[in-house]
Amino acid sequence: MNGPIRRLAAVVAVLFGSLLISVTYVQFVAAQTLNDHPGNVRTLYREFGRERGPILVAGSSVAVSVPVKDPYKFQRTYPGGTMYSHLTGFYSVVYGATGMEAAANDLLSGTSDRLFYRRIRDLFTGQHPQGASVEMTIDPKLQQVAWDALGDQKGAVVALDPKTGDVLAMVSKPAFNPNVLASHDIAAVRKARAALLADPDRPLEDRAIDSRLYPPGSVFKLVTAAAALSSGNYTPDSVLPGPATLDLPQTSATLSNDFPGPCAPGGRITLADALRISCNTAFASLGMALGDDALREQATKFGFGQDLKIPLTVTPSIFPPNLNAPQTAQAAIGQFDVRVTPMQIAMVSAAIANHGVLMRPNLVRRVRSADLEVIDQPAPEPMSQAVSPEVAQQLTDMMIGVVESGTGRRAQIDGVTVAGKTGTAQTAKGQPPHAWFTAFAPAEDPQIAVAVVVENGGQLGDAASGGRVAAPIARQVIEAAVKR
Amino acid sequence: MALVDPVVPPTRRNVEAVLILLAVAVALGAYALVGLAVTGRPPPGMIGYAAGLALLAGAVHVVLRMRARYADPVLLPIATAINGIGLVVIHRLDLAEGRSFTQSLAFKQLIWTAVGVAAAVAVLLLLRDHRVLRRYTYTAMVAGLALLLLPLLPLLGHTINGARLWIRIGPLSFQPGELAKIFLTVFFAGYLVTARDSLSLVGRKVLGLQLPRARDLGPILVAWLASLGVLVFERDLGTSLLFFGLFVAMLYIATERTSWIVIGLLLFASGAFLAWTSFAHVQKRVDIWLHPFAHNLADASYQLVQGLYGMASGGLLGTGLGNGRPDLVPFAESDFIVAAIGEELGLTGMFALLLLYALMVERGLRTAIGVRDGFGKLLAAGLAFSVALQCFVVIGGVTRVIPLTGLTTPFLAYGGSSLVANWMIVAILLRISDSARRPAQSPAGAVTGAGPAPSPAVVTR
Repeated sequence: MNGPIRRLAAVVAVLFGSLLISVTYVQFVAAQTLNDHPGNVRTLYREFGRERGPILVAGSSVAVSVPVKDPYKFQRTYPGGTMYSHLTGFYSVVYGATGMEAAANDLLSGTSDRLFYRRIRDLFTGQHPQGASVEMTIDPKLQQVAWDALGDQKGAVVALDPKTGDVLAMVSKPAFNPNVLASHDIAAVRKARAALLADPDRPLEDRAIDSRLYPPGSVFKLVTAAAALSSGNYTPDSVLPGPATLDLPQTSATLSNDFPGPCAPGGRITLADALRISCNTAFASLGMALGDDALREQATKFGFGQDLKIPLTVTPSIFPPNLNAPQTAQAAIGQFDVRVTPMQIAMVSAAIANHGVLMRPNLVRRVRSADLEVIDQPAPEPMSQAVSPEVAQQLTDMMIGVVESGTGRRAQIDGVTVAGKTGTAQTAKGQPPHAWFTAFAPAEDPQIAVAVVVENGGQLGDAASGGRVAAPIARQVIEAAVKR
Repeated sequence: MALVDPVVPPTRRNVEAVLILLAVAVALGAYALVGLAVTGRPPPGMIGYAAGLALLAGAVHVVLRMRARYADPVLLPIATAINGIGLVVIHRLDLAEGRSFTQSLAFKQLIWTAVGVAAAVAVLLLLRDHRVLRRYTYTAMVAGLALLLLPLLPLLGHTINGARLWIRIGPLSFQPGELAKIFLTVFFAGYLVTARDSLSLVGRKVLGLQLPRARDLGPILVAWLASLGVLVFERDLGTSLLFFGLFVAMLYIATERTSWIVIGLLLFASGAFLAWTSFAHVQKRVDIWLHPFAHNLADASYQLVQGLYGMASGGLLGTGLGNGRPDLVPFAESDFIVAAIGEELGLTGMFALLLLYALMVERGLRTAIGVRDGFGKLLAAGLAFSVALQCFVVIGGVTRVIPLTGLTTPFLAYGGSSLVANWMIVAILLRISDSARRPAQSPAGAVTGAGPAPSPAVVTR
């Protein structure tokens, strides 16, 4: 019987061999996939069991982990509250993470490759693993001013440092309370999120960088003017047709100004004046003369259509492809299917302010490990040369005119030269327009570039315009920045 | 007249003693790690635990020295090691669930370990020669079947998790199927060694296979029907699979005929197919096996899925004893204790465990090869193969090689009947291995280290 017993031993070897293989498969080959499975709470428990690093603004925490006595061991709290809600995002047991919590997750949770050696060292010294802290570039004073200035209106404010690309303020309203979503009471969290999702004002959306994009309206004329000046065929004094109504070729449609009558007596106006009073017909004909390719190219140089991570993801702004003449005309004044984020418009102003060099927007000032060693300090990075320094200067002068004697008078500040542009973007039929304003100051040595959008006219509704509704908000932010 | 100095082979009991100390050290180390990880301090009663385990293993060791000097030296340490690790993991689960010591499962498992060791000692002391068991072949059959069918009785029988495998006497729950396994193995061995000639020699040759006579198919058909009966009435896939596999393996060993394996596989396949088409609970098991992550099966497959997640989160080195979340897996102390070990000890721990089991089976099969009588060979091989098959069925179910069944891993899982039965299996294997490794009685007699003379029962090869 020994023969069969030996053969049976071979069968046993095969059985155990298959077990070795199956166990290796589960614990090695498929381990990562299983760990990443959406229903797997162990990864959550392990993540939550680690002390997550704080998110800081000017040295104080706007998001911090507090030890608690429950299975998750740490409670994420948001001292920054609703004002910083879109910047920090929330870190939830049920719904994952958004905002900076998501974008810098590997640093905050301590699993980043940059923290690898620290983790190994912690393994040996038996220390609790801790995440790194992320300090944002936001200036808390400016953030507060922007928040208060926007008031009860829906919209967004973005403020950049033109020289470095640092995001100095970023407000989106309406906002939400991230503490509610970070709670460990899962039923309450589900209820709160369902309510937020059902809210027609969409408080979870970050209107500054990542939501349904807005038509820019007349603030886009900055791009059209830049394209014209860069082409070499136009100067600020070039004369353009500026009638009361412009007949659009190939259609029976017409395009008119926001005010009755022609832009200037005789129906002809300089480029600089057309920008100052925001003449639609002049810019529409300018757009048709330049052609949509030129406009698109200029828009791309300003950052349109680019995937941008600051490290939060910025939705790319859109200049539509393949436009015919009447569509080009409308696109040149920021209507038709042109869609932008307030961040993009702030980038336009910032590029003009910085001698035509667009700096990459950045939200992270410094990353420190748990023992306060600086791991990362991003350096300012130029993104593109949007316009030449000469064109930038020409645009600056024109924008100063807008604020001094044009549509942007409500942005004037005593003793400070403000350069800006208004915009009143038509939306759907019967809906109030969006009120836009973008500016930088001081014009001689810009310290801040701002873009403000107030959705559907805010409190003024149908009677709203960029100059009336958005410019005062920008003025307050600029004033706070320049006078600090 | 040259004097031949007989060479006395070493008994290897000292090797065994060292290995037992090693096994106790491993279990103690694991216990200390659990305490350190969960409470931050070394656990209380470390010395007591080590002493208790050493004492239990030592008792068997002493009995072996006295009554079975030539027994295999590796079986007892492996059993001790696996049992000790099982105790530690169950204790760790107790800590996770916050059970107090008197309520804890570890305490109960410890008591059952003592009972199991006592049973092993009893077997070693009472069973002087394994060939005695051959006289009780048909008694064993009756006892085995009776134990198998006991849970079907209305008053005593008890359904847990859909399987009617348990009987309850007062506060104690008992799984007679585990003991039935031993009795039926004895029966198979005794029956096959007698009937092997007619089962292996007679019959026609078809397609190169030596087929048996129709009337000789009787026993295998009876075995098949009995295992199907267990499947149908007690709703236990695992036990029926185990018995049928065991019978076919022993039939093959006894007759050396591959045709039995072919017939066995055909019967198994048809039985499995019949079961799958007729029974909802079998279909459900197969569904969960094939699609564990399907949404509509989420409730039913929860245990399997959590086990998989647990093992995956263990990775190569494990989360460390006390650092994982094995308590997220239902029945982590019994059915899925392997998942808990996979999570906390990692792939390396699982490899170590699988190799321990493989070693145990290997020693059993080696004993089967080494023993000189046919009954002993069949019995040893059968018992060893039952351990191997049981491990495969359980760990295969947990890692999705085959659908889940209700079996538990020997020595590791929480369960008194299983523990006692497995210690008895080890005791029988030790007894047979003693007979296998004992040097043959030399004609000159007394100078060898041989023990008592073999029993007067007829010895057949």
